[in-house]
Amino acid sequence: MSEKGIKVINEKCVGCGVCVKACPFGAITLANKIAVIDLNTCTLCGACREACSFDAIEIFKPQIVRTDVSGYQGVWVFIEEESEKIAGVSFELLNKARQLASDLDTEVVGVYLGHTLKDKIPELFYKGADKVIFVDHPKLGHYIAENYANVISHLIQKYKPEIVLAGATTTGRSLVSRIAIRIYAGLTADCTGLDIDKDKHLLIQTRPAFGGNIMAQIITPNHRPQMATVRHKVMPECELDTNRTGKLIQEKVEEDLFDSRIRFIDFLKEEAYKVNLAEADIIVSGGRGLQKPENFEMIKALADSLGAAIGASRAAVDAGWMPYSHQVGQTGRTVSPKIYIACGISGQIQHLVGMQSAKVIVAINKDPQAPIFKVANYGIVGDIFKVIPLLTKALSNQAKTSTQCI
Amino acid sequence: MKIVVCLKQVPDTTDVKINPETNTLIREGVASIINPFDMYAIEEAILLKERFGAHTVALTMGPPQAETALRETLALGIDEAVHLCDRAFAGSDTWATSLVLAKAIEKIGEVDLVICGKQASDGDTAQVGPGIAAHLNLPQATYVRKVDEFDPEHNKIRLERLLEEGSEILEIQMPALITVVKEINDPRLPSLRGKMKAKGQTIPVWGYRDIGVEERQIGLQGSPTQVVKIFTPPPREKGMVFEGEPEECVEQLVGELKKHLL
Repeated sequence: MSEKGIKVINEKCVGCGVCVKACPFGAITLANKIAVIDLNTCTLCGACREACSFDAIEIFKPQIVRTDVSGYQGVWVFIEEESEKIAGVSFELLNKARQLASDLDTEVVGVYLGHTLKDKIPELFYKGADKVIFVDHPKLGHYIAENYANVISHLIQKYKPEIVLAGATTTGRSLVSRIAIRIYAGLTADCTGLDIDKDKHLLIQTRPAFGGNIMAQIITPNHRPQMATVRHKVMPECELDTNRTGKLIQEKVEEDLFDSRIRFIDFLKEEAYKVNLAEADIIVSGGRGLQKPENFEMIKALADSLGAAIGASRAAVDAGWMPYSHQVGQTGRTVSPKIYIACGISGQIQHLVGMQSAKVIVAINKDPQAPIFKVANYGIVGDIFKVIPLLTKALSNQAKTSTQCI
Repeated sequence: MKIVVCLKQVPDTTDVKINPETNTLIREGVASIINPFDMYAIEEAILLKERFGAHTVALTMGPPQAETALRETLALGIDEAVHLCDRAFAGSDTWATSLVLAKAIEKIGEVDLVICGKQASDGDTAQVGPGIAAHLNLPQATYVRKVDEFDPEHNKIRLERLLEEGSEILEIQMPALITVVKEINDPRLPSLRGKMKAKGQTIPVWGYRDIGVEERQIGLQGSPTQVVKIFTPPPREKGMVFEGEPEECVEQLVGELKKHLL
């Protein structure tokens, strides 16, 4: 057994107990007014060291440089398709990449894989890409994790980008996890913030942990590229500039990059609801307070008046009122829309972790003590069966002009 | 068919309360549970065993107390369990964690299917499943909502993945790795007989030497990413709450919402 890289400097520890509270894993106790770390429970996350005002906790991090990080340049964005369109999150990332690339004095490159998609490439230039690496192949016509990962790994090894970003979507997450292993790169999931440390030329990745109750900042000091998946709506899209152009690089790939062990059979589009939950600017969600499935019609009407997507709490899904694909929360989807309207949802922590990164939260609930009001920017205490129809009517009048969100 | 289920012991968030004054987690006395998503993975392994016949193995990497989680899987009907426990594993990020699990799966040997939950409820990365698949060069299917068919002759499975806008059907050649979502099944409760059986079963403990990895590949040393800072996010600003006549409340709310709607 090797020793773990953390220790309490007994001379500096004053036994204040701040670290005991800070530890997300309950690994610290006080014994004789000195902090004691249970090495079996500790995960070396560093929360205690951050919290300690006396520098009494030391974590040893081995500094081994494996990659010569200097030869890597450019900020790449994986361009994802959704319903035969480029996904909104890809444009958001191009904009974020512009900011990062300008701090690093480098270029923004869109990496676009597929089949017969060439007509969509100019839009990538209009919205922020300096270059597009395009791979056109019939076997890339539908996303297959293995094939996409093989091709992109090959491109990364060829061009050596400094940073690679992808949306934190079902596709993005399953794709880049595979790539990062293959090329021994660092990967941070589900970031909500990305910045550049200009002195060290490092990407500072901020992500929620424990359902957003703590935030972690993560770096990849010794491996390249620095890879991250990023949530929707972290950045707005670039302004469309149809005068912008860029360089198109067409890459050919060898047949042996395609994996024959996996075969796409069919895609079944969920027709019932028009707006994609993850990409939606506005989400209207219903919970147990709706009492029966028919009452979701009220939620749908409100959603329609706003051009919003429909969400549901776990209680509503478990009761069979809405399909699981609409569940927001810990065992469902994590969403971060601009506006989230929770109707008849009490706001258990499992629900809050799935939606509390929304910019504006509106809660409508009859119970003034409901935890949802703690996170809500605006709340109405009242009967949802009265409030929602009134709200729908008022917003429909508004919406006659526009349902766009700022 | 041999199936390995990977699982993680996590703090039970249903136990976690938020201190209303400081907006921080109250962590005292929080129990450890099997990651809720892994419960569906365990159930799916048992269901596949019941449908098609299989030998099932539960695998976890974690501190000594994670043995409780493994024993729970045995009580549920998993055939055997392996505990990866070594201080050298501590501080592993998803790269190193998936390497350790992959090496253990190699050591278990002749595995046809690896099943993981879609993500862990504490880390939420969803990276370890595909990571294991990449280390072992297995085909993968993430966010699986249904295993439709198993073709023993060609050792293939047909399954459905849940995506943002619908679902897709894939056919995969085993050995393969899948990660599953909640919709796939309803996890059972352990039977008394299962609990009795689980009590007496031996659970082997493997360290890094047992699975043939080097110390530099695991723990902090083997992890490309480093956590540099952990902080509590600033609490949300106190909101405006309207009470009283519904008409007036709605009018006030719409007035406020206008600021956010164009």
